[in-house]
Amino acid sequence: MINAYLRADGRKGIRNTLVVAYLVECAHHVSREIYHPFRDKGVHLIGFPGCFPNVYSHKMMERLCTHPNVGGALLVSLGCEGFNKGKLQETIRKSGRPVKLLEIQGTGGTRKTIAEGSAWIEQTLKQLEDTPRTAMGLDELIVGTICGGSDATSGLTANPAMGRAFDFLVEKDATCIFEETGELIGMEHWMARRAENPVLGEEIVKTVAKAAKYYATYGHASIGPGNADGGLTTIEEKSLGAYAKSGQSVISGIIKPGDVPIKGGLYLLDVVPDGEPLFGFPNISDNAEIAELMACGSHLSLFSTGRGSVVGSAIAPVIKVCANPETYKRMSDDMDVDAGRILEGRATLDEVGREIYDLILRVANGEQTRSEALGHQEFILTYKSFEPIGPACFPSAA
Amino acid sequence: MTATTDPRVLILAPDDNVAIAKSDLAAGTPLTVMGRPVTLKAKALVGHKFAFKPVKKGETIVKYGAPIGIATADIAPGDPMHIHNVTSDYIPTYTLDEGHQFFKEGH
Repeated sequence: MINAYLRADGRKGIRNTLVVAYLVECAHHVSREIYHPFRDKGVHLIGFPGCFPNVYSHKMMERLCTHPNVGGALLVSLGCEGFNKGKLQETIRKSGRPVKLLEIQGTGGTRKTIAEGSAWIEQTLKQLEDTPRTAMGLDELIVGTICGGSDATSGLTANPAMGRAFDFLVEKDATCIFEETGELIGMEHWMARRAENPVLGEEIVKTVAKAAKYYATYGHASIGPGNADGGLTTIEEKSLGAYAKSGQSVISGIIKPGDVPIKGGLYLLDVVPDGEPLFGFPNISDNAEIAELMACGSHLSLFSTGRGSVVGSAIAPVIKVCANPETYKRMSDDMDVDAGRILEGRATLDEVGREIYDLILRVANGEQTRSEALGHQEFILTYKSFEPIGPACFPSAA
Repeated sequence: MTATTDPRVLILAPDDNVAIAKSDLAAGTPLTVMGRPVTLKAKALVGHKFAFKPVKKGETIVKYGAPIGIATADIAPGDPMHIHNVTSDYIPTYTLDEGHQFFKEGH
């Protein structure tokens, strides 16, 4: 059982975070100055840099500012950008969370806005101390998974071990989300066999075909030079390793960024935009994917790495599972789990899977992950466009 | 799997034509893989692939029992298998430097 924070809208969080959100890059510095003195006190910085409005990024910001781990939000606007700040403010207000909108132009510039924002943060942090606590079951927990800085060991140790942890969670009716359809290229027909029904299976194949087309347009698969240095030769090989993160459970549905599953099970998050390629690469770096997992409600993320990523995230803790025993020796301070032991013959996949599962429960109950303790709060959000999911993607809801 | 394989080497599925180093292995290391004698022609880093039987140009490379690409050259037992002799069936892999050498003979 998890000792959670209860929000006014009934959602349950595992952290009690206050976010400062800039609504255009022009408000980024002022937001950072407001946030910085409070960065060790549960205040996180998120934002959207673009001046032009975008349905996807608006939905993302609404979901993130009303995320169960978030207790309130300070919105910082320059004043003239295209973001629909009034609508965002209203959504947060309706969720029962304290919210304040500051317009730098109207407030009188940098100094005055920083002073006013800091005062609001100080007062709201005191208010958040009184957030009621409540019991939360595993069936209310949402966990996302991602891999970054992958090498040829990722698919041998960390990814299948995280897959085992996912299987243990799904057995307990937790919600598990895997993603990065661009890194499932080559796996679509195998994955389709694991769908809850054949219609969903067809949707899975279509979703991956969309990803392959999108990446082919840009002439670059989701495999970087570091992946190749680490022994990964082709996108298919990387996909096989990435696919292992999903474990063995039945796939219950396909979701898109911002869709929160309504019941437990394993879900595929389709991160590749719909329509003709429009705004560039689907996810420009790992934290863009973590932001989307959070927008789907994930309370925390499992992150496997072979080359050695150090990132964490704003809002939701990141558990770092290191795949490569050599990397672990160099970067153990950044790693929560040493899955390279599997290659060295010092642990089995099941043992490491169980260790990850146990750690998830402790982190959900407040234990800091390595990236949290080191102050990592990476966040990035860019432009995208999506069509809503169809009924075939979500058979359980029908 | 009845054929013997050195404990320092991993074969993920019976139909695979790639072997995987479980730790860094030096060039010249003699090994037995699926009952065949193999001598590493280059250093194999942890997780990296090498051939343990001859693979012809154009043949499908199989790992985890699934296709991961196509051989772009004939590959002999003990040869490293990477972007210099294997390519994707989908989208080519980008590297920082086209002349980048992953393997040096006897390195």
